[in-house]
Amino acid sequence: MTLAELQLALPEIFVLSMACVVLMADLFISDQRRGLTHLLACATLVFAIIITLNLRVAPGEVFFAFSETFIRDRFGDVLKLFSYLVLLAVFVYSKHYLRQFNLFKGEFYSLSLFALLGVMIMISASSMLTLYLGLELLSLSTYALVALNRNSMIGSEAAMKYFILGSLASGILLYGMSLIYGATGTLELAAISEGLTMAAGESLLVSFGLVFIVVGIAFKLGAVPFHMWIPDVYHGAPLAITLFIGSLPKLAGLALAIRMLDNGLGGLHGDWQGMLLVLAGLSLVLGNFAAIAQTNIKRMLAYSTIAHMGFMMLGILAGTPEGYAAAMFYAIVYSIMAAGAFAMVILLSRAGVEAENLDDFKGLARRSPWFAFMMLMIMFSLAGVPVFVGFFAKWQVIAAVLQAGFVWMAVLAVLTAVVGAFYYIRVVKLMYFDEPESDEPITAPVDFRAVLTVNGLAMLGLGLFSGALITLCVNAFAA
Amino acid sequence: MNIETILLLIPLLPLAGCLAAGLLRHQVGRAGAHWITILAVGISFALSAYVAWEVFYNDLPVLNYSVYAWAITDGIRFEIGFLVDSLTALMMVVVTFVSLMVHIYTIGYMHDDDGYQRFFAYINLFTFAMLMLVMANNFLQLFFGWEAVGVVSYLLIGFWFKKDTAVKANLKAFLVNRVGDFGFLLGIAAVLMYMGSLDYAEVFAATPGVEDQTISIFPGIEWSLMTFICICLFIGAMGKSAQVPLHVWLPDSMEGPTPISALIHAATMVTAGIFMVARLSPMFEASDMALTFVMIIGAITALFMGMVGIVQNDIKRVVAYSTLSQLGYMTVALGVSAYSVAIFHLMTHAFFKALLFLAAGSVIIALHHKQDMREMGGLGRIMPVTAITAWLGSLALIGFPFFSGFYSKDLIIEAARYSDRAGSTFAWICVMLGVVITALYTFRMLYLTFHGKSRTDEETLSHAHESPLVVTVPLVLLAIPSVIIGYFTVEPLIFGGALADSITIRTVNDTMIEIADKFHGPAAFGFHGFVTPVFWLAMLGVAIATFVYLFRPDIANWARTRFHVIWKVLDRKYGFDELYQNGFAAGGLKLADGLSRGGDRTVIDGWLVNGSAHLVGRAAGVVRRFQSGFLYHYAFAMIIGLVAIVFAFVSLR
Repeated sequence: MTLAELQLALPEIFVLSMACVVLMADLFISDQRRGLTHLLACATLVFAIIITLNLRVAPGEVFFAFSETFIRDRFGDVLKLFSYLVLLAVFVYSKHYLRQFNLFKGEFYSLSLFALLGVMIMISASSMLTLYLGLELLSLSTYALVALNRNSMIGSEAAMKYFILGSLASGILLYGMSLIYGATGTLELAAISEGLTMAAGESLLVSFGLVFIVVGIAFKLGAVPFHMWIPDVYHGAPLAITLFIGSLPKLAGLALAIRMLDNGLGGLHGDWQGMLLVLAGLSLVLGNFAAIAQTNIKRMLAYSTIAHMGFMMLGILAGTPEGYAAAMFYAIVYSIMAAGAFAMVILLSRAGVEAENLDDFKGLARRSPWFAFMMLMIMFSLAGVPVFVGFFAKWQVIAAVLQAGFVWMAVLAVLTAVVGAFYYIRVVKLMYFDEPESDEPITAPVDFRAVLTVNGLAMLGLGLFSGALITLCVNAFAA
Repeated sequence: MNIETILLLIPLLPLAGCLAAGLLRHQVGRAGAHWITILAVGISFALSAYVAWEVFYNDLPVLNYSVYAWAITDGIRFEIGFLVDSLTALMMVVVTFVSLMVHIYTIGYMHDDDGYQRFFAYINLFTFAMLMLVMANNFLQLFFGWEAVGVVSYLLIGFWFKKDTAVKANLKAFLVNRVGDFGFLLGIAAVLMYMGSLDYAEVFAATPGVEDQTISIFPGIEWSLMTFICICLFIGAMGKSAQVPLHVWLPDSMEGPTPISALIHAATMVTAGIFMVARLSPMFEASDMALTFVMIIGAITALFMGMVGIVQNDIKRVVAYSTLSQLGYMTVALGVSAYSVAIFHLMTHAFFKALLFLAAGSVIIALHHKQDMREMGGLGRIMPVTAITAWLGSLALIGFPFFSGFYSKDLIIEAARYSDRAGSTFAWICVMLGVVITALYTFRMLYLTFHGKSRTDEETLSHAHESPLVVTVPLVLLAIPSVIIGYFTVEPLIFGGALADSITIRTVNDTMIEIADKFHGPAAFGFHGFVTPVFWLAMLGVAIATFVYLFRPDIANWARTRFHVIWKVLDRKYGFDELYQNGFAAGGLKLADGLSRGGDRTVIDGWLVNGSAHLVGRAAGVVRRFQSGFLYHYAFAMIIGLVAIVFAFVSLR
């Protein structure tokens, strides 16, 4: 272990230390001054942004550390930066909610930071072992977060389901990894990639391993039929946690898929492409159709997540640098959109009552024209209406899947997007054309309003200037 | 500040003004709204004037650059870009100047209106859209500006949206423009398809290469590609610039407040079609057929729409028909390849027509929103400034020597006369006869409004007085260019080649060479104007109007009964409205009704919509049952999924 290696992992080391600091410091902070923990956590993210920006690697450059188990590349750096930003937004949004629901505790921050560390390790994993390590760190933190409100029956139930199904999925993934290890004799992704050609005789073993790994990934992404946990967990978890699960782990899911399937099993592209096609197709159809039937907005957004992950998989299954870039663009954009959408639900919640029903959005345009407009932009972006950034995200992945030669899949994606447009636009209709059910004014702290405004305007801004973000993603996969 | 920043500020300032006055209307208040918007347009005008100065006097080279690329797909760039040459600079000055005058005038005209801030926001938005249109360097932005001015026009015609006629009029404008825009869009699509670019410079460069190409849309019929493209584009111009037979919306657009009639429906937006053809002159030059089409349409509009103006009683409608007729003149100039003359007339017309509209508006304010000329008369004594400026505008309109309209209109007539294009004799006769008609309706309007005995009721008359300064100052400021601008600009613009960098004319088409030989300076041209037949034709019109409307009003009534059929035809405006109403609208309704009953309700609603909705509902119900909430169901589903994938991808290989 050299100093240079430590420097490569400096962002991870920093976040780890700060997570411990937050954990310890919070013990000495009284309930009245809990804001300090919040500030400390936010400052951690800001410094993490600065460190990562300063140490960023150029496109095409790759560094390895810790016996090739840790990788530092452009893809990772960009993804990490957006992880910090998304989590920062989550922190700001959550504070308001946690205060109102009497959940404003230090655990939220330390667990979130540990989860972030898990995400970062997954993003920078170049060995199946580190990948699994990061995944477990993320998952275990998330299980605990879902159960943050110990008095909530539905929350505990969701946490239990998530934990058991998540363990099952982890087991499946681990089993797949062990089969691959058996066939190639190595845990390092780059070495696996080379070893696969020599393991031609073990093709059955490799195929089995691949299926188990794809299933593990599909569970993390929430692809049909491994999606069952999503609606229940989104619904059961406190809103702030739903906001967290709905945004940050999507970036981790992308990293998991790309590290494992491309860096490690890229040689089996022909095999996993077909599996992803089926999973993506099912997710698109089921996610969009089931979302229509929901009256609870958390569940609606849960099914919408499933559909969006289907879209993201379209980019991955193309198996080209353009496809990966499109998937990355999609994941980043989706996590921003999801954060904004859940933040709107938080905004409408009053002390003790989560505004989780679609009806709560009725007449919002009259109660708060500005935030109704923000929600309109977020919904239009999620639906993929042109000009908004969501349109470009969809466009990129559909272009990628067309290039891969799956015209019918592109047609299916567009058709299901039309179905999906229904339930997003329904929210807009409720906000602008229905009578409000309550005339309580919308109140939220200044920082909350400011971040939400930036988040909403980003839908338009990133859409008008989509070139910059697209270039960032394309460069991440430049050889 | 470098020139790029200035050019960016010119359209963006009015946009910012629009947002401020529109979205923050309660915060800025009435006075705030007009100060913000007038300041925005004022600075915009000053900057435009500076750019024009640089272009015309300091020989600023032609600027053609991209400001912002929105998307690139398959090598086609969708972007915002500016092309600034003499044509653009001229249009920018005209647009911002007239807009500024109208802004100031609006303070007086809309004084008591509830929608005060909204109105200012709209006209600021219009200025932005129009500037984007004229500054465009590509077809996409042209189309954006085109549609945006259309939207604002729609909003403003229906500004008094509680008035039934206003709502109908804006719907009509919208629908008729849809027809034109459809052609326009087809033309742009054809450009994109055959030339592979939307950028003006690239398309112009590609034009000679596809000149001989033909396309066959219906099997067996071959069309020249350039003719097809140019006629499609011109159909767009026919909608926006209200050429026969798509002119029907413009007279009805007078339902909107008068300031916008001046700004949008006389001076700027309706001339977008003229501007577009001039801007695309390299393409139109490639098709004689298209130019002939342009010329004939223009000639018909110039003569026949002017004739309708004679029988109108609403003061604004007279000016509206006059606008139609003058747009026809400009179109004739385009058709005979005298693009610079068309633009010249566009400019002079913008000033004197805006002036006439605003003068009409001033009269309307004085009479508390009465517009019928039969209830006017003798107002010249009460409102001298309005009357004098209206006289100056009218003299410019009829082409009285030395007035601005004289130079531009005479040149159009000369160009038509010297043109070798097939049918140019017809066009020449139309524009010559149009001179009589123009003089006739213009002086009829002047006499009925400002002279003779008053026919206004006592009550209204006792309140009538000259309009306030915010109204009369713009009138005076517009009267100045209406009188002198022709004298000072005819030489550089037409014969000095000031527009040469933006207009392409093939030598065979160029009629201006012949005319240039006969041109010996604006003064000589003006004096010669007194001995031309054109002048005597105009005097004939004036004489008839003077005799009939000043001395023997009974002749008008006698003529109406004697030539009842002709009067009826003119009063019905040749029956275009009835044709569209009973033919297209009623036919369309019947077709729609049939489709609605047969196709929509049975197939689409019955099978597709409700059918699929039921299907979706049932599917959602099934999915819901899967989502049972039981952990072992979920785990079971995962295992099933895993086994299925193993089976499908491993065992079946």
